[in-house]
Formats: sequence, C-alpha cells, structure tokens
Amino acid sequence: MRRIISFHLPMWLFMVALLFPFYWMAVTSLKANQELYDVRANPLIVKAPSLVHYGYLFARTSFARWSLNTLVVSVVSTAISLAAGTMAGYALARLRFRGAGPLGIVIFISYLVPPTLLFIPLAEVVRSLDLLDSPLALILTYPTFLIPFCTWLMMSYFKTIPRDLEDCARIDGASRLGAMVRVALPLAVPGILSAGIFSFTLSWNEFLYALIFLTSVEQKTIPVGVVADLVKGDAFYWGSLMAGALLGSIPVAIVYSFFVEHYVRALTGALKG
Amino acid sequence: MTLPTSSSSPSGAGGALAPPTSALRLATAARWRSLGQYLEREGPLAYFLMLPALLVLAVFIAYPFGLGIWLSLTDKLVGQPATFVGLENFVTLLDSQIFRRAAQNTVVYTVAATVLKLVLGMALALLLNQKFRWQRLARASSLLPWIVPTVLSTMAWLWMFDATYSVFNWILLRLGLVSRGVLWLGDPVLAMTSLVLVNTWRGVPFFAISFLAGLQTISRELYEAAAIDGAGAAAQFRHITLPLIQPVLLVVVLFSIIWTFADFQLVYALTRGGPYNSTHLFATLAYQVGLGAGALGRGAAISLSMFPVLVIVVIVQLWYLRRHE
Repeated sequence: MRRIISFHLPMWLFMVALLFPFYWMAVTSLKANQELYDVRANPLIVKAPSLVHYGYLFARTSFARWSLNTLVVSVVSTAISLAAGTMAGYALARLRFRGAGPLGIVIFISYLVPPTLLFIPLAEVVRSLDLLDSPLALILTYPTFLIPFCTWLMMSYFKTIPRDLEDCARIDGASRLGAMVRVALPLAVPGILSAGIFSFTLSWNEFLYALIFLTSVEQKTIPVGVVADLVKGDAFYWGSLMAGALLGSIPVAIVYSFFVEHYVRALTGALKG
Repeated sequence: MTLPTSSSSPSGAGGALAPPTSALRLATAARWRSLGQYLEREGPLAYFLMLPALLVLAVFIAYPFGLGIWLSLTDKLVGQPATFVGLENFVTLLDSQIFRRAAQNTVVYTVAATVLKLVLGMALALLLNQKFRWQRLARASSLLPWIVPTVLSTMAWLWMFDATYSVFNWILLRLGLVSRGVLWLGDPVLAMTSLVLVNTWRGVPFFAISFLAGLQTISRELYEAAAIDGAGAAAQFRHITLPLIQPVLLVVVLFSIIWTFADFQLVYALTRGGPYNSTHLFATLAYQVGLGAGALGRGAAISLSMFPVLVIVVIVQLWYLRRHE
C-alpha cells in the first residue's frame, strides 16, 4: 500500500502526463471532421476511425516531398558533422599541438551558442552565398551545432580508448594517420554511432533555420511544412496537422527505439568534460 | 613534446626539389610522400584534422557573430544599405515597452521552467531508478517528449489549448471545476503559464534521464551503510544522493538555462508572442522585428541582448570544466 502511494501513483501520473499529447495526436488524426468538431462528443475516444486526414496529407500537401527533404538534409549534415567531428575530436584527445587547449574551449563555446543568437546575420550570410531556398543552406548550417557536439562527444570517447594500441601499430610501421584510421576508428564505432544518432535527431527536429532559409513549399522540411501549410490564415486543419505531427515524429522515435542506449549515452556523454 | 611548427617548410621543400618539367608523376609521388611525412608530426596532423571543423565554425558562427554586432550598430533594413548609428538601436529598445516585456518574460520563463524541470526531473529520475516490471519500457518512453520535433508536439499542445475544443476544458467542465472554458492562450498570465508548462513537459525527460545516469553511478553500499547508521530516506537523499549527483545537476541546469533562455520554437508555435505581444521572448521578438518587419539592425540588436546572460552561463560552465579536470 505504501508502495502504491510512493511509487505506482506518481509513476503513472508522470507517464500519463508525458505520453498523453501523443495519444491526443493519434486520436485527433483518426477522426473525420464531423466527429472532430462535434462539441458534444467525448473527445478522448474515436467512434468512427477514418484515415481521411492521412489521405489529405499525401494527396493535397507536399508531405511526401517534405519527408524526403528532411531525410536528405538530416543524413547529409549528420555525415558531414560526423566526419569533421571525429577528426577534430581525435586531434583534441590524442595529439599534442600548440593551441590545443584554446581550440578545445572554442569548440565547447560554439557548442553552447544558441542558434537564436545568430540567426539574423546568418540569414544574411546565406543570402549572400545565394543559398536561400536551397537544401544546401541547411546542409551547411546544421553542422554549426552538430560539429561542436560531435567533436566534444568523440573527444571524450577517444580518451577512453587506450593509447597503447595505436602506439603498437606505429611500432609495426603504421603512420600516425594509418593508426588513427585502422586502429582507433574501428574501436570508436560505438561513439560514432551515438554521435550520429543524436545528430540525426537534432537535424530532423530543427525548426528555426528551416523556417527562415526555405521559402517555397517544395523545399520545406517536415516541421516547417506541417506548421506553415496546414494552417491557412486562421484556419487550422487539425486532423491533418496531427496526422503530420505524428508521422513526422515516428521516424525519430523508431531510430531512437532501436538505439536507446546509444542515444542516452550521447545525451549524458555530452554533458561530461 | 611539441615543436613549434612553421607552416612553410616541408611540403614546400618537396615541391621545390622536384624537377620542373620531367617526371611529373615522380614529383607528385614525392609530394605525397612529403605530405605523408609532414602529417607524421603531431602538430601539422592535428591542424589538418581540425581544419574542416574550424572552417565551418569560422564561416557560420564567428563571421555571423561579427556581422551581427555590426548590424546591431546600424539601421539596416532589408534590401537597403546600412548606416552606422552607434548604440541607437539599444537605446531605443530600452525605451520600448514590448522589449522590456520580452526581457522580463524571458527571465520568468527561464526561471520558472528550470525550477519545475529540476524538481520534477529529479522526482522522475528517483522513480525510474527503482526496480519494477516495466522499467526499461518506462525509461525509454519517458524520453519521447524530448526526442520528437518540438514544434510538432507543440502543435498538439496548441490543439489541447484550443479555445473551443480544448480537451483540458472538456475534462475540467466534466469534473465541474470550472463553469465555462478557460481561454488558455487568450490571457497574458495564462498564456505564459501554458508556455512554461509545455517547456517543462518537453524538458523533464532530459533532466530525468541525465539524473538517472548520475544516480546509477552511486554505489548501493553507501545507502546500505547509511541505513545501518539509522539514516532515513530523506537523510539519505540529502547526504548521499544530492552531493554525489551535484556535478551532473549543475551541468544539466546550465545547459537548460541556455536552451530555455534562447528558446524560439515553442513560443512561435504556441502564441507567436501574443496576446498583444505579451509573451515574447528575446528570440521571437528578434524574429518578428528583424525578419517579419525587415528591420535587420534592430532585430540583430534584440538577439544580441541575450549575449551578456549567455556569457555568464558559459563562464560558469568553463570554470566548472576547469575545476573538474
């Protein structure tokens, strides 16, 4: 009985509070409009499930195209950031060079710079590079928050790999670069995976840059497309909005569910020095 | 040991030694070999490896930062040349009712949401740290609000706060707690409360999972020893858990302060700063003025107003990092 009050009850309250919005998205997306906008109906249940809003999403909006855009931008910017971040992380963890300390601090500080501090001048930079309304604008700017994160995470991961292994390889005649690529990198795969998963979800979820750099409907990513194109003036297409919100969340949820451990390691690893 | 490196020597020498016209392939091979030798040295290799990262940060963070400072000192409008006006933008902003309100909102929003996330996150972490049947599932699913696109989950909240169809109102009316529907986003105070609530919903999982990782590193023996000495649950929490989790706690709170202070999308999706510009944060006001109205200089100045607070948080972070090493 005591355990029910001190554990089960609060646990259930937390779970209901945390997960209810997702239930609400699903329920809303499955109701046809006459049920959805019926003030007398019980809103918590679906009486006549309907896929009409999902149909609308794919037939009347560019949702499929937004999904493709989001996927391409996320994969490419994650790949770029992983490559650059792994290289820089290795250098900071393993090599002694002039300025290593200050450069580490520079990376850490840029990790803490919020996008909202710089978005107006950054929009000017993107405009002057003639990248407005191009996926390249996102592919090049997402690494600004992904690279510092990847570098930081990979640096702490490389520090956990014993140095001796690379030293042995070098005694056997491997070059420094060879030892890094053939010895350290394979051992760092779990760290790279963690950084990659986390970066992928960050790019998938990004909103501000996508909102200001992209203007035409066909170029948008899911978060911006759903918010911008399913709200017309004062009219909210709630059924389709919730369908889009749910479908836009599912890919990250799937990636996350397969790699929970890696994701959590990235999340908590990035907090450590 | 670190040798001071002069950038000109080895690779340049390789090129100079090669014969000018004949055996071009040999020369290329020699150049590659000398590049290889060059990269055998720690310094050059390190700079080579850091180059891509630093290039991106220089072009897309350092340069925009400088440009932002310049813009904030001009009267730049979209499509028009900029004129230097000194600190005029900042002076005007300090006189502006809407800006002062946004500054106040940002502080309230950050403090309220951070305190709530701290308390609730700790509670959830302690719950998830216990042994129970669905533990793995509960841990994994409790992080969902944090991992899905914020703006999309916020649309679900917007719908839950709807003036006519709010599910909260439906429940409150059914329970007889209110006589007519609450206008969640129609009143400045209620709208701010709603924003804090949604931010807390989204952030609690991050706090909880980070704290949980900290809790798992604490040895059970400490608690057993304390229990033998007669310490109750509250005393154990205060004298064992709290001191040992304090490093994680501090870092999580600092990160969260930055993200909450500089938040944009939640307010953009939920209230757009309304009603009557009463729920703007720095970032949403900067967006409205800079990109909505096209006053880039003024907008950049609003964004940069966040800078002093961010600097303080970053300094605390760095100080902590130094001490930790």
